[in-house]
Amino acid sequence: MLALETIKLTKDYKVGFWKTRSNRVLDSLDLQVQTGEVFGLLGPNGAGKTTTLKILFRLAFPTSGTARILGRDLDDITVHQRIGYLPENPYFYEHLTPEELLNYVGRLFAIGKDDLRRRVNQLLERVGLAESRRVPLRKFSKGMVQRVGIAQALINDPDAVFLDEPMSGLDPLGRHEVRDLVLQLREEKKTVFFSTHILSDAEMLCDLVAILNRGRLQGCGELREILRLGVSTTELVLEKPAEGILGVLRPYVVSVIRTGERVRLEIHEETSVAKVLALALRHKAKIVSLNPVKMSLEDYFLAHVSSVEGEEPAPAVAAGDR
Amino acid sequence: MGRIVTIALGAFKESVRERVLYNLLVFALLMIAAAILLGSISVGVEEIILVNLGLAAISVFGLLMAIFIGIGLVSKEIERRTIYSILSKPVSRAEFILGKYAGLLLTLSVNTAIMTAGFYLALAFEKKGLTLGDLSLLVAVYFILLQFAIVVGVAIFFSCISTPILSAVFTFSLFVIGNLSSDIRWFGQQSQSLLLENATSALYYLLPNFSNLNVITQAAHGVRIPGLLIAANTCYALLYIAILVSGSVLIFEEREF
Amino acid sequence: MTPSWLQSRRKELTRLVCGCMVVSGLLALYPLQQSIDRERGGSGSRREEILFLPSGVMLRRLSGGYSGLLAAVYWTRAVQYYGRRRLAHAQGFPLLGTLLSITTDLDPHLLIAYRFGSLFLAGKLPDGAGSPAQAIHLLRRGIVANPDYWRLWEDLGFIYYWDLRDYARAAEAFRLGSEQPGALPWMRVLAASVAAQGGDIRTSRFLWLEIVHTAGNESIRRSAELHLAALDAQEALNRLDGLLSSYRQKEGREARSIQDLIASGYLRGFPLDPSGEPFIIGADGRARLGPKSKVDLRLLP
Repeated sequence: MLALETIKLTKDYKVGFWKTRSNRVLDSLDLQVQTGEVFGLLGPNGAGKTTTLKILFRLAFPTSGTARILGRDLDDITVHQRIGYLPENPYFYEHLTPEELLNYVGRLFAIGKDDLRRRVNQLLERVGLAESRRVPLRKFSKGMVQRVGIAQALINDPDAVFLDEPMSGLDPLGRHEVRDLVLQLREEKKTVFFSTHILSDAEMLCDLVAILNRGRLQGCGELREILRLGVSTTELVLEKPAEGILGVLRPYVVSVIRTGERVRLEIHEETSVAKVLALALRHKAKIVSLNPVKMSLEDYFLAHVSSVEGEEPAPAVAAGDR
Repeated sequence: MGRIVTIALGAFKESVRERVLYNLLVFALLMIAAAILLGSISVGVEEIILVNLGLAAISVFGLLMAIFIGIGLVSKEIERRTIYSILSKPVSRAEFILGKYAGLLLTLSVNTAIMTAGFYLALAFEKKGLTLGDLSLLVAVYFILLQFAIVVGVAIFFSCISTPILSAVFTFSLFVIGNLSSDIRWFGQQSQSLLLENATSALYYLLPNFSNLNVITQAAHGVRIPGLLIAANTCYALLYIAILVSGSVLIFEEREF
Repeated sequence: MTPSWLQSRRKELTRLVCGCMVVSGLLALYPLQQSIDRERGGSGSRREEILFLPSGVMLRRLSGGYSGLLAAVYWTRAVQYYGRRRLAHAQGFPLLGTLLSITTDLDPHLLIAYRFGSLFLAGKLPDGAGSPAQAIHLLRRGIVANPDYWRLWEDLGFIYYWDLRDYARAAEAFRLGSEQPGALPWMRVLAASVAAQGGDIRTSRFLWLEIVHTAGNESIRRSAELHLAALDAQEALNRLDGLLSSYRQKEGREARSIQDLIASGYLRGFPLDPSGEPFIIGADGRARLGPKSKVDLRLLP
């Protein structure tokens, strides 16, 4: 069964004082997420990630298109019983303590008293808030609020969790913890759908990613596939090469970068690698290293985003990441 | 139902932890106490002054509570985006509104009860004891509570469509207009313009008529409030609340965040 | 458990239910409000609703900085109250004094309230409340609060002069008023003539005319004009009666109609009263107002 399916999901926001102009933030988005997958929705700020999540949780309504979560219609809020949501930069009732908030939220799910107590304790432990369970949220740092947010998204032991920028505002340690948490959820065969603009997170966690830019789907697929497309560069570093060598090698390399004593050569064609290496050896150059460079998601991202922006002059993304 | 209760209790808890509430409550009790002093300087009307001022204090401060807390509970929730994590739970928007409304009403009822207790204490002090007849003042308190119930509905309605400050202004204005609606209609009748007369008459019937529920002075003079009026006013308040809450739900259903 | 199709139609359902509730609720307000109006009107509680608080001083203390606004509200209520009862031909204005007193407590400088009050509180039924004492009380408070405003003295003198026919006190009031800065010179003359002669039609006429000219309110102006019309009509009737008695002496018989006076050269044409109706001669041989005349002589003392 599909955990999530969006079909031509489109959202226009009316802008301007009279709400006459409309601004398309999401354009016919088609996504399919299998149960048990960790799915990353990637894109720069203003790409439409948050809007997508808001539509899924009925905080905004699609202009056209539809979506199904766990096979149910968006308007059928009984499905909320089985899913969890962490909003972007979440805020919670400041007058409550984490314990009170989780109890409150748990009652909205009609979780029984004993179950709830157990679940709250377990979750507070899991997100590392067991010690500050009785401190009002207004005294919390951003990172701690984020942890509370994750805990409240998991209170109902959901089948699918939707996290909007779960790592934002966290320090390196916090990020690491969230990462572990997502991996744990994957172990438990939960579906995790999260949005991020930080690619290393997605690189580390996702089975599948979709890349969104200015409301449009740029690419979607297995992360390994997308990355394999990119594994085509090799990097050769020479130390103190004679000037003559560089002239000989120049036709086979894409770029030559000098940093101090060393020179970094980038080679695209796999067939060129052997040739370059042979030439370098023949000229007795001192080889420091030879590495295949895996194209990072970052590079892919940059390439895709900039290629789209190259087609038409990009307006400043003023509407913000709604 | 359970969810509505949960949200209502949450709203109650939130308002109870609000500092403004205590300030207002203290002021109201102080004013009731001051009424004893004020009554003691005048002659012959001590009790009338105490009843008038005491009930006025309950009404004014309760009204302030109704507006401030009423506005805060929904629009602050939208402004601070705490609503995201609530509506993403299996909570319908109607349940959210109903729960908030019930919670507010609970807060106001508890506060009115406290103020009324203070008021009766002052009355007992003034009269050196209470009689069974003094219980009839509860009718006036009940009407005041009905006013609050409508005001809270108005506050929630406005906070579904506007910012907190504007909602407070709108709610207060509507309360003032609702108190003067019979004057407005009379102006229309005097204008000798059919259009104006019909318009003001329509306003008279459409706007919440708070003067229906003003019986403070009758209470002070010991005039008995007929049972039929109590029944009719109760119906009126319930009907108006139903309209306001339904209207709020209608608007809130469409709202995007 | 609600079936799934209902769940996904929930939004439409909510909309339908709430929409129906709002529409039917608004419709039901109409009969309900009417029955409440009946109930409240029937129990005579209108009085309490208008007063709300026993005194304007207390209201002013409570009103913070808005006593001016509240005064305006009460002033409006006073005028409305007067107008409503006048329109309904209700007998008397028992609340007018209280309303005006609350108004002037709230804003002691609302001069129009004193002037309005002095005229309609003192005025005879059915036009006024017939209570000169209340009017004098109101005016005296007004004079204390606004000592520089000499017109209030004029109004006070006027009540003594017109309603109470206490010419000594009237002259006293006019004299005190004439000593205030800005008082017009005729106040002094008025004081003297009232002291010397008591009441006469010319003085009365002058005073009413002064009210017409300075009235700040349509009701006041209209009332003063009616009084002036009555005075003018009375003056004309007096002159006609004079003509009739000289006719009787000269011709040796009673004039039976105005035509008789015209035929004998006492009059050049049909004299008309201020409402434009011709005078007639009554069966008792005295001049009187025509049957269609709108002049009300009962306004005169």
